[in-house]
Amino acid sequence: MLLIQCPACGVEAEETEFAPGGEAHILRPEPGCSDADFAMYLFERKNPRAVHYERWRHAFGCGKWFHMARHTHTLEIFGVYAADAPEPPQEIKDRIAERTAS
Amino acid sequence: MSRLASGGALIDRDTAISFSFDGKKFRGVKGDTLASALLANGVKLVNRSYKYHRPRGLVTSGPEEPNALVNLGSGNRHEPNIRMTQIELFDGLEATSQNRWPSLRADVGVLNAAASRLYPAGFYYKTFIHPRAAWKHVFEPMIRRIAGLGRAPTEADPDTYEHQYAFCDTLIAGGGPAGLLAARRAGEAGERVMLVEQTERWGGRLLVDDDAEIEGKSARDWIAEQVAALEAMDNVVMRLRTCCSAAFDHGYALLYERRGDHTIPTGPRHRLWRVRAKQIVGATGMIERPIPFYGNDFPGVMLASAVRDYVKLWGVAPGQDTVVYTTNDDGYRTALALHEAGCRVAAILDSRADPVGMLVEQAKAVGLIVMPSTGIGKVMGSKDGVREVQTVPLDKGDDVELGKRLQCDCIAMAGGWSPVVHLYSHSGGKVVWDTAQAMYRPDPENPPRDRFGEPYVRLVGGATGALTTHDVLASAAGEGAGVPVHCAAEQPASPVWFTPSHGKAALGGKHFLDYQNDVTVADIRLAAREGFESVEHAKRYTTLGMATDQGKLSNINGHAILADTLGKAMADVGTTTFRPPYTPISMGVIAGQEKGLLFKPVRQTALHDWHAGQGAEFEPVGDWRRPYRYQKGSEARAHSITREIKRVREAVGLLDASTLGKIIVRGPDAGKFLDLMYTNMMSSLKPGKCRYGLMCNDNGFLMDDGVVARLDEQTFLCHTTSGGSDRVHAWMEEWLQTEWFDLKVLTANVTEQWSQFAVAGPNARALLERMEGDIDFAGLPFMGFADGTLNGMPVRVFRISFSGELSYELATPTSYAVSLWEALLGAGDDLGVGPYGTEALHVLRAEKGFIVIGDETDGTVTPHDVGMSWAVSKKKEDFIGKRAMERSDLTRAGRKQLVGLLTEDPKFVLPDGAHALSADGKRAIGHVTSTYHSPTIKRSIAMALIEGGVDRMGETLEIGIDRKTTVKAVIASPVFYDKEGARQNV
Repeated sequence: MLLIQCPACGVEAEETEFAPGGEAHILRPEPGCSDADFAMYLFERKNPRAVHYERWRHAFGCGKWFHMARHTHTLEIFGVYAADAPEPPQEIKDRIAERTAS
Repeated sequence: MSRLASGGALIDRDTAISFSFDGKKFRGVKGDTLASALLANGVKLVNRSYKYHRPRGLVTSGPEEPNALVNLGSGNRHEPNIRMTQIELFDGLEATSQNRWPSLRADVGVLNAAASRLYPAGFYYKTFIHPRAAWKHVFEPMIRRIAGLGRAPTEADPDTYEHQYAFCDTLIAGGGPAGLLAARRAGEAGERVMLVEQTERWGGRLLVDDDAEIEGKSARDWIAEQVAALEAMDNVVMRLRTCCSAAFDHGYALLYERRGDHTIPTGPRHRLWRVRAKQIVGATGMIERPIPFYGNDFPGVMLASAVRDYVKLWGVAPGQDTVVYTTNDDGYRTALALHEAGCRVAAILDSRADPVGMLVEQAKAVGLIVMPSTGIGKVMGSKDGVREVQTVPLDKGDDVELGKRLQCDCIAMAGGWSPVVHLYSHSGGKVVWDTAQAMYRPDPENPPRDRFGEPYVRLVGGATGALTTHDVLASAAGEGAGVPVHCAAEQPASPVWFTPSHGKAALGGKHFLDYQNDVTVADIRLAAREGFESVEHAKRYTTLGMATDQGKLSNINGHAILADTLGKAMADVGTTTFRPPYTPISMGVIAGQEKGLLFKPVRQTALHDWHAGQGAEFEPVGDWRRPYRYQKGSEARAHSITREIKRVREAVGLLDASTLGKIIVRGPDAGKFLDLMYTNMMSSLKPGKCRYGLMCNDNGFLMDDGVVARLDEQTFLCHTTSGGSDRVHAWMEEWLQTEWFDLKVLTANVTEQWSQFAVAGPNARALLERMEGDIDFAGLPFMGFADGTLNGMPVRVFRISFSGELSYELATPTSYAVSLWEALLGAGDDLGVGPYGTEALHVLRAEKGFIVIGDETDGTVTPHDVGMSWAVSKKKEDFIGKRAMERSDLTRAGRKQLVGLLTEDPKFVLPDGAHALSADGKRAIGHVTSTYHSPTIKRSIAMALIEGGVDRMGETLEIGIDRKTTVKAVIASPVFYDKEGARQNV
């Protein structure tokens, strides 16, 4: 069971206190978008055996959504960041580069 | 009796304990396990094997025991499949053997063994495949009757169980020498330490193999000193009878504590510790391996270490005349222990050509016979145990003749040691095959890693493959100061994976690998020949290691046989994954306190007790309990429901609608936000007005509905379905936090802060007007909202109707709920006021064709499908579900649409979910979503989703009732009563 720190309230807690919300950084297309773009938005998700940027909610805590960079195989957590960030912070990207290089 | 005259470190000979096995009374002594006590009483036959019903005895002395499973206790404390070796004897203990009929000694199932040539690996897969239908009706019930271990209990367990949360810096699993030293070092460093040991004693194998001198002390004194030092430390928690069952991600571990198995429990019988540890240290030791030879399953064939344990810990001789079959020096310890205890050792058969070393010399010095390069070719015996063995030379290949016959009543197998690497493997660590030592060891390059990418599980002592006390303690000391140890050095082992039993090919007779599942060497070879070459496939095909002992004894031998058959190296065959729990844990402890009322929280409205006092029959709605109907006297269900419906249609009824979700949405952008959440326009709603809204998901399918009231310019109150308040609130928050975080909106779920009642029926207004207050009920228009007081109580009034009658919903802060409810009931006896339940509510709404989310919708239904295109805005640029509803599949003709169904026979009520059939009767074209008898129009009514239903009005359909019967029903409007809505507009 993962141990996760919520970036909104700072609490470090068991995975069961959180709810997973799937892949992060998926852009909601404009109302008039093509069928292909809409299908991509609705259904297409990454499933890597690698670092995954994903959405979580501190469901049984402060209730806030946030993003997490987690390796799906080693379960290493590279960082958590705000749900409204358009992309992962540089600091987290650097850490991933450093830790996955070896 | 097999109790020795002296010895037995764990027993108190002066305290007798009486117990029974299969109804027969026996006596043991304090400190015995059920296993040692039965052995002391000369009982060797303890069980029948699973598949062949072969007579079986004890193989081990610990939790790895494959054979000696018993039913423990009786009545409501009956528990099956408990290992005798782990049952500490207590007065009055009752145990019965399993998997035998009519008795352990005269078992009919043994006929399976006579026919065993007919049951090779994969027998069931190959045999019971034809004819297909026979599996369900003939074969499976038959196999289920024959198979199985203990019998499941039939009564509720009277004991209690609990979960306990704990946190520590270092969790140490195993209280042997390595665990004690690791705990001492961590404790002295000031860490918060938990040290757990699965048995009832500290010291591990050091209690038995006590020939080492540690820090100048005897092994026993050293153990006592460590335990005393640890007990004196405030930062160390120590628990006996507690097994570290599992190590999971990020340092999460499960400990299984058996508090009440050795005594009548006070407090919980078992406790499940849920521990978060920064470091987990596995000082889990090793398990000895059996050796596959012909007849290696007769009672009396045991692990050499177990024979030694019984002699030295419990003062019991498993045999008076023992043959030791060893591949290493350690087996000699057993021979020496037996010799010292005054038991005869018939011979030591050693797989090695030239055994040398201290222990070998000691054995020779006391006159024991050592036969190098010799194994056991064949065992002769019966259900009463081993009688004789015949030796076989091991240095002449497979083409051999059997040798000398040796009389004996016990065989001690020393097949080498397997480190217990389970905790390392549970959490993702890898193990590597060590060819020199013939064992799987933890791979230091691939440890389990925590969230920071750092290793968090470390094995020490025997679990790393350390064999001598010296090496064990050196590994546990780690980088800290070591401890000086004097102990015997050991020479390399020469593993034996298979002992030939006669002549060429050497396949005669059964060489058991997995005792619990009756898997033999021949089964693994057959699997390999038939192409099940992967270790995972061979396992599943033969069931090797799939019994409750999870292959603790059998797996390595089995994998070696597979490797040998395939001509591969052991490392290339690999191993199956070790999965938690390490040993079985009780069902009770998994549940913990979460049973009965604590299984799942139940939500009750403020009026719950009032309802119960009025004969309410409750039904679950989400987590809520709502009154389904109110029973008067002994009236039948249908009678109550009809009575309550008539009350609403003819007088006035009260419904406790407090379970409706209530979410406040407030802020300058609240209207804009709700325009995105609902399919219809909410921003145009005027303060003081209500609007019915639909909510879709991103797929364009209905997920919730409810009335939205605009309380003021910036504040909306959104009602949701009873089961949907938490879900809808979370849904709103998700969009606000992750997509439209620029909107200035706050939400609050106030469902429980407000109680809400529907006051419905032609007399509703008259009733309300009798209350004192400042609300103009006559002046409040349909879909209007007002704030005020009634009899001094604050209320919000919504003029909305879910029954089609003149109706007001009153909301009041929950603390006023009972007072307001009782005031309303007390004000209108002459008006016919009374409560109605949810079933009446459902019939009332169905008569009007109103949908219920979850009845008329199933996650694939759009607003258009249920005839609510009017509630889908065409003006709004965007809302959730808008783009999805434009997809071709959601706009195509022929989708299922909501219609009414009127059966040809007005008395016949269609079954819920019944399928409507196509004209040729071959295809389902829709299904019934709601179906009732309507007392109002005095006939059955139903709603259904039917392909292209709206264009098929008047068409007659056949509705399937069962395989043979269909009934006719006509497609009609789903609004069965008061089509123009006149009754609510008065």
